[in-house]
Amino acid sequence: MKKRLTIVAFVSLLTSIIATNVAWADMGGVQSLRGLEELDANNTADSLKRVPRDRETFERDYLHQPPLIPHQIRGYKVDLNSNKCLSCHSWQNYKKTGATKVSMTHFETRDGQQLSDVSPRRYFCNQCHVPQADAKPLVDNNFNSVKPLAD
Amino acid sequence: MANQNKGLIGRYWSLLTNPTRIAMGIILALGFVAGIVFWGGFNTALEITNTEEFCISCHEMEANVYQEYRETIHYSNRSGVRATCPDCHVPKDWTHKIIRKIAASKEVWGKITGLIDTREKFVEHRKSMALREWKRMKENDSRECRNCHNFESMDFSEQGRRSVTMHSTALASGEKTCIDCHKGIAHELPDMEGVEGWH
Ligand code: HEC
Ligand code: HEC
Ligand code: HEC
Ligand code: HEC
Ligand code: HEC
Repeated sequence: MKKRLTIVAFVSLLTSIIATNVAWADMGGVQSLRGLEELDANNTADSLKRVPRDRETFERDYLHQPPLIPHQIRGYKVDLNSNKCLSCHSWQNYKKTGATKVSMTHFETRDGQQLSDVSPRRYFCNQCHVPQADAKPLVDNNFNSVKPLAD
Repeated sequence: MANQNKGLIGRYWSLLTNPTRIAMGIILALGFVAGIVFWGGFNTALEITNTEEFCISCHEMEANVYQEYRETIHYSNRSGVRATCPDCHVPKDWTHKIIRKIAASKEVWGKITGLIDTREKFVEHRKSMALREWKRMKENDSRECRNCHNFESMDFSEQGRRSVTMHSTALASGEKTCIDCHKGIAHELPDMEGVEGWH
């Protein structure tokens, strides 16, 4: 009786090893967020997520976090010729457009010198500020905001 | 005969003022046919020059503004309705259209002399060209935009918050017009130094 059980256990172990080896043979044994897909096969693309046109501003999660952009930015160019963001967020324009004005830190060079205009290192807004698509997080996350920012 | 005493001009005059029935008929018929041919031909020519294909048959337009415009909302969008070059750049009604077409003859000269036949030259001239378009649109209260976008039909409850803030105030009061706020809607912008509201 005992012997037969051992054989059954052994056989099922063997088949499961073979089965997983067949399935994972080309995967290097890695199951990623993209699912179990052969390396040489394309998996089906998820549909693109949309960025809502305007939404409430986001809560910030830590001090000195660049706030997330609460609006669409399609076609907003920032280059040598023009800066679409500043046409709303600059100190000259923010009152008329109802946008938040860029904070003082945006006028500082990296050695803390105060300029009279936006500092070159803060000119390309999308380096630090990004909009958010309407998507559920893929992985659970239990990050807690720092005390002063948590309600 | 009284006619013989008159000079050539006098005779022609009396032919016009006092023609026989047949002469009158011929003149009218010829005039009518010529009118149709000229008018039709003229308007056909106008129509041909009023298509996107015509605009971008010119390499200066195809390689620069057209490529830029293809990434913008008026070329690719959710509803599939497009605004083509003449929709924004050529007035719809006849009088304004003719005025714009005559102004365009200067652009033909630019084409012949190769004013903007490279990307570099184009970019260098972009500001002066853009300034002209902005001035034209400002002066006509963005008439071409309004041919499609009727302010009366804008449903603010369907628009984004930032759109409503601006449309229900400065636009509604007539203080500003579309082009004041929507520069660069279809092409890349030139150096905006000195342009109101820009950096
Ligand atoms: C048409 C005007 C306009 C333009 C252009 C614009 N914004 Fe905004 N932005 C706003 C308004 C209005 C708000 C919302 C303020 C509010 O709701 O309190 C906002 C909010 C923001 C916020 C959030 C601020 C906060 O305190 O949470 C960031 C960050 C931001 N914008 C960045 C950008 C960037 C980067 C660009 C360029 C890619 C840009 N914006 C272009 C009008 C504009
Ligand atoms: C190097 C990263 C960086 C760049 C580039 C940058 N920002 Fe910021 N921004 C920040 C950080 C960090 C904060 C939050 C802390 C602070 O105010 O400095 C911030 C805050 C803001 C705020 C909120 C200000 C407030 O009073 O709450 C606005 C609006 C903003 N940025 C707009 C812009 C715009 C517009 C640009 C482009 C001209 C830009 N930022 C470029 C990092 C950046
Ligand atoms: C031939 C008609 C037509 C003309 C002319 C036209 N538009 Fe549009 N425009 C449209 C349509 C259609 C859409 C919406 C496309 C969609 O969202 O599906 C649109 C969208 C827009 C948007 C929305 C952009 C966004 O991000 O959602 C703006 C802003 C705009 N037009 C401004 C203008 C301005 C400024 C002019 C004049 C220079 C102009 N339009 C001329 C048809 C036109
Ligand atoms: C005082 C400034 C101002 C004027 C004048 C103005 N707009 Fe706008 N418009 C905006 C802002 C700001 C937005 C939102 C930000 C963006 O789309 O970049 C906007 C958004 C839009 C949108 C997208 C609306 C949505 O939320 O889906 C359309 C379409 C549009 N404008 C068309 C026009 C037309 C057509 C005119 C002229 C009849 C006009 N605008 C005049 C500032 C203005
Ligand atoms: C939605 C309206 C619209 C459409 C469609 C459009 N334009 Fe424009 N165009 C403008 C506006 C507004 C300007 C003024 C400059 C600016 O704001 O970018 C302009 C400027 C120009 C200029 C001057 C140079 C420059 O970049 O400023 C040229 C040349 C031009 N357009 C050609 C074309 C051609 C060719 C097409 C078709 C492929 C076209 N445009 C389609 C609105 C439009």
